[in-house]
Amino acid sequence: MDSVFSHTIAAILTIGIISFLYKDNPLYKFCESLFIGVSAGYWFVQQYYANLLPKLFDNLGITKLVGAENAPEGALQALFLEGRLDDNLLYLIAGVLGVMMLLRLSPKIGWIARWPLAFTVGSSAGLYFITYFQSNAMSQLEHTILPLNSFNNLVLIVGTVTGIIYFYFSKEHKGVFGGAAKVGIYFLMITFGASFGYTVMSRMSLLIGRIDFLFGTWLGLVK
Amino acid sequence: MRRQIPVVITFIVGSVLIISVFIPHKPFGQLGENFSVYFDIIAVFAFILGAGNLLRVHGNRIYKKHKDWPYSVVTVAGFTVMMIAGLFKIGGSPGITGDLTEPGSMFEDLYMYVFTPLMATMFALLAFYVASASHRAFRAKNKEATVLLLAAFVILLGRTPFGVELTSWLPDPLSFLEIPNLASWIMSVPNMAGQRAIMVGIALGVIAMALRVILGVERTYLGADSE
Repeated sequence: MDSVFSHTIAAILTIGIISFLYKDNPLYKFCESLFIGVSAGYWFVQQYYANLLPKLFDNLGITKLVGAENAPEGALQALFLEGRLDDNLLYLIAGVLGVMMLLRLSPKIGWIARWPLAFTVGSSAGLYFITYFQSNAMSQLEHTILPLNSFNNLVLIVGTVTGIIYFYFSKEHKGVFGGAAKVGIYFLMITFGASFGYTVMSRMSLLIGRIDFLFGTWLGLVK
Repeated sequence: MRRQIPVVITFIVGSVLIISVFIPHKPFGQLGENFSVYFDIIAVFAFILGAGNLLRVHGNRIYKKHKDWPYSVVTVAGFTVMMIAGLFKIGGSPGITGDLTEPGSMFEDLYMYVFTPLMATMFALLAFYVASASHRAFRAKNKEATVLLLAAFVILLGRTPFGVELTSWLPDPLSFLEIPNLASWIMSVPNMAGQRAIMVGIALGVIAMALRVILGVERTYLGADSE
């Protein structure tokens, strides 16, 4: 695409979104609707090429079956050409569960879509149970067990412990426990403040990027 | 049966995955990885369902000439054009195994000159709303809000040239009070402590929720009985 033409389209779309700062207007609504459609299309294509094609079609051998030259041989080739059961044939289960998910569209047999849903919910619960326990709970606590030989280590230990105490609601926040929870609140406030500061910075840098595009790349006013 | 079987599936899949961590042998050792791939495949079908729903909702709006229906045409057109450009690799290498993001292909052009500017500007627009939120947050009503304000202010200043210049005159023994150093310290010590407390809290919440789901106590994901 010609760069002047393509940059002009990008600039019009950028201005269209920014125009919302004035008020809701037809140009903004056009850009918003286009964004919804284009992003849905983009993620659809990405999902197809990143997951469905390599993980289902390639493993089963469907890609090879439809005549793709460079595609690898899959479970179907192993079954029908070599007469053996390949491990990849198990991906057929995922494919069947996926198709069952589409039955949601049918009012009569839509309940079947609960089976793949149950599979995804169950696998997420099982995986998250382990990964969160290992990486978020145990690993974070492990890194908090530090020698009390520096001010920073002391602050880290006190901050983590008092922060966790604040999240413990089974005991009333009174006395020493309440005091520790209060200290925990201050540490959490620092964390929220830091996150807020970073969010402001990231949004500002995005805005600067768009303004730089408009006045630099598109109009050529800023070198 | 319509509700019992899914609960049994959830229980079996969830508990087998937890047990598999303690059995590092075939086939249990690879179950986590395999189930993740299955999850990805099923997620694509869920995405197809979502795309179908998008077309159904907007198609309905166009057909019934609802208020603002021309914008639905834009959404459907944007989705269709992007999907066709990507799936058929228009202007790029032909065939299933061709490069999707080849420079000059229609999909790449749409990504570069339509999708990226729209997405970046949409998020950049949030800068103005963050500024508005700052106005409210930066009013130190109590001690907690003051601590939040100070942390945010130091982090913001510490990442700008102005913040660097502001305290650059401090002598070496007091260099730890320079705003960029202070910002780095806040990030790596008190912020880290708060983050750890939050992460441990989240982990305990996720573990409790996962147990509820696996044991069938939590069934809201199955939807209403009438469905």
